[in-house]
Amino acid sequence: MKDNSTHGYLDMDLLRFTTAGSVDDGKSTLIGRLLYDSKAIFDDQMEAMEKASSKRGDGAVDLSLLTDGLRAEREQGITIDVAYRYFATPKRKFIIADTPGHIQYTRNMVTGASTANLAIILVDARKGILEQTCRHSFIASLLGIPHVVFCINKIDLVDYEEATFTRIQKELEDFSSKLEVRDIRYIPISALKGDMVVDRGDRMPWYQGPTLMYLLENVHIAGDLNHIDRRFPVQYVVRPMTDEHHDFRGFAGRVQGGVFRKGDAVQVLPSGFQSTIKSINLGEREVEEAFAPQSVVMTLADEIDISRGDMIVSPNNAPETSQDIDVMLCWFNERPLQPGGKYAIKHTSRDARCMVKEIKYKMDISTLHKAEGDPTIRMNDIGRVHLRTTVPLHFDKYQRNRYTGSIILIDESTNETVAAGMIV
Amino acid sequence: MHSYRLTHLKELESESMHILREVAAQFENPALLFSGGKDSIVCFHLARKAFFPAKVPFPLVHVDTGHNFEETMIFRDNLVKEHGAKLIVGSVQESIDQGKVQEETGYYASRNKLQTVTLLDTIEKHKIDCAIGGGRRDEEKARAKERVFSHRDEFGQWDPKMQRPELWNLYNGKKRPGEHFRAFPISNWTEMDVWQYILLENIPIPSIYFSHVREVFDRDGVIYANSSFMRLKPEEKPRQMRVRFRTIGDMSCTGAVDSPASTLEEIIDEVASSRVTERGSRMDDKRSEAAMEDRKKEGYF
Repeated sequence: MKDNSTHGYLDMDLLRFTTAGSVDDGKSTLIGRLLYDSKAIFDDQMEAMEKASSKRGDGAVDLSLLTDGLRAEREQGITIDVAYRYFATPKRKFIIADTPGHIQYTRNMVTGASTANLAIILVDARKGILEQTCRHSFIASLLGIPHVVFCINKIDLVDYEEATFTRIQKELEDFSSKLEVRDIRYIPISALKGDMVVDRGDRMPWYQGPTLMYLLENVHIAGDLNHIDRRFPVQYVVRPMTDEHHDFRGFAGRVQGGVFRKGDAVQVLPSGFQSTIKSINLGEREVEEAFAPQSVVMTLADEIDISRGDMIVSPNNAPETSQDIDVMLCWFNERPLQPGGKYAIKHTSRDARCMVKEIKYKMDISTLHKAEGDPTIRMNDIGRVHLRTTVPLHFDKYQRNRYTGSIILIDESTNETVAAGMIV
Repeated sequence: MHSYRLTHLKELESESMHILREVAAQFENPALLFSGGKDSIVCFHLARKAFFPAKVPFPLVHVDTGHNFEETMIFRDNLVKEHGAKLIVGSVQESIDQGKVQEETGYYASRNKLQTVTLLDTIEKHKIDCAIGGGRRDEEKARAKERVFSHRDEFGQWDPKMQRPELWNLYNGKKRPGEHFRAFPISNWTEMDVWQYILLENIPIPSIYFSHVREVFDRDGVIYANSSFMRLKPEEKPRQMRVRFRTIGDMSCTGAVDSPASTLEEIIDEVASSRVTERGSRMDDKRSEAAMEDRKKEGYF
């Protein structure tokens, strides 16, 4: 209990991860174990789950009832949506984006993956690589998740055999060479029995690597954000208009790349005007520098007209500026992507409209090849698309910066978010 | 070598400030739902940080059941005065007087459910297009699926199956006239995060969060504060007890906990070792397994 007390708690960092898998691969069991072993399940939640499980006639307590909170999910025993779960160890705080494997897998996994530092992909030791393993890995790579952990689960059902683990690892390594993930790990686990999840157990002396929990607690994530290219999309202009701050014009935003220091020369896009940073404020406190992902207010030495949607950057390291962008688009809506169609587009703090100029190809996300045949992009499809925007966007490639390289499309008649795009 | 690393509380703070600014930028007439509880107090604190040195650019809305803890009301009024905030009060009593809702009767009568009507009326009357709330995903299972920007139709209803996917930190606040949004800037915070942040930032909170002696009575395993709003059963005998409140809601649905914790550090130790969630003492959630979802669909907080 003292582990959670104040001193240690204030020095923890935050790791966001997704778990991917389909029905029966032990995902709920694994999450349940992580939560239970880190004491993130409370007695009244346990009691409620026991009550609900016995009402449905289940013998064991079904941990998915913890977050399958909607009535329809409980009745049908399915997960409709991304569920966020939270737990902490003395070292780190964790946010799990738990995505269902069976329905709308792409939409949900893409959503969960968009902010994740790490993805856990479960592989059944008895089955090895399945089509869905490839699909999940590809989405993790496409969404730029820096760390991927393949958990070879149910190792207890193959008698904790080293040979099985080694064979699957080799297969995964061959397949993963096609992916753009810089840190890939392989761990043999039994989520059910607990081996190599939180505790090592003594049934796999041949495995010398870390347990899953050790990895989650120690994987280096400070380098996951871009601290090189200075990017500050302006969200809001702060103008107090009080006697004390009569002429104050501050630019509020979240640093999406690089480090900004007081006195730095900067350039404002799209105007191109240059100035220097006069002050940086985080709340009432004035600070010397701001880095991603801090939310701050900046003032500049010169009076320049700046509004929401503009971007403050370094004068000698500007993002690309164009009305023509190529994106890998994930489609979320029942109405397919309309070639030539017009959509609202959101990029950083900028709102615009765009037209679909060309569908270059549709991706077969199980093989990573271009799909043959009908190029229509339907719900849960991924394809490469050329968009023309009404105003220029200031962007980086997604692989360089997740936050200045991403867009969403909105259907203007329904206001629904219909697609997410990674700029290539 | 300089380390560009944020602690998790600072990262959560930064995310919340970004969300609050998106609300201010994307909506014409947002408002912060303010109950005087710790979560709405933290939201207000984050809003002050997000817009400093300007004032918070939206009013506070208090949906007043009339069954308040006096300490919370004093706290609310002081906060409004100190920060020059604008306060809008939506009164459940008024909704009852106007015949829009009917007061529940019996020992378990609560105005909790009635608040929804008053809340939606207040939103309509003041043309609020985005109501910011202090809801957290760790609080309750129906809340775990809620978006940060959560759409409400013209009847104020939430449709959990038709929610818009939310990626990176791009929030879609587009809507038709008559519809509105709820925004939850501290979605990703846990109860522990809120307490640690209150301690870290030295944020004042109402005195009833700390241990004090008050007249209470027991009902169905819950300790209630005795007040003129509560109708006691013949066998229920009020007694003096040292308690504190882990959440603050309406007096008729908020249970107290037996606790000697009189400082933030002691509260944090208590929360860390607690084996029940904070909503374990809320009778409003215990009415049925999907009590929260049902209320939320109708337009509840």
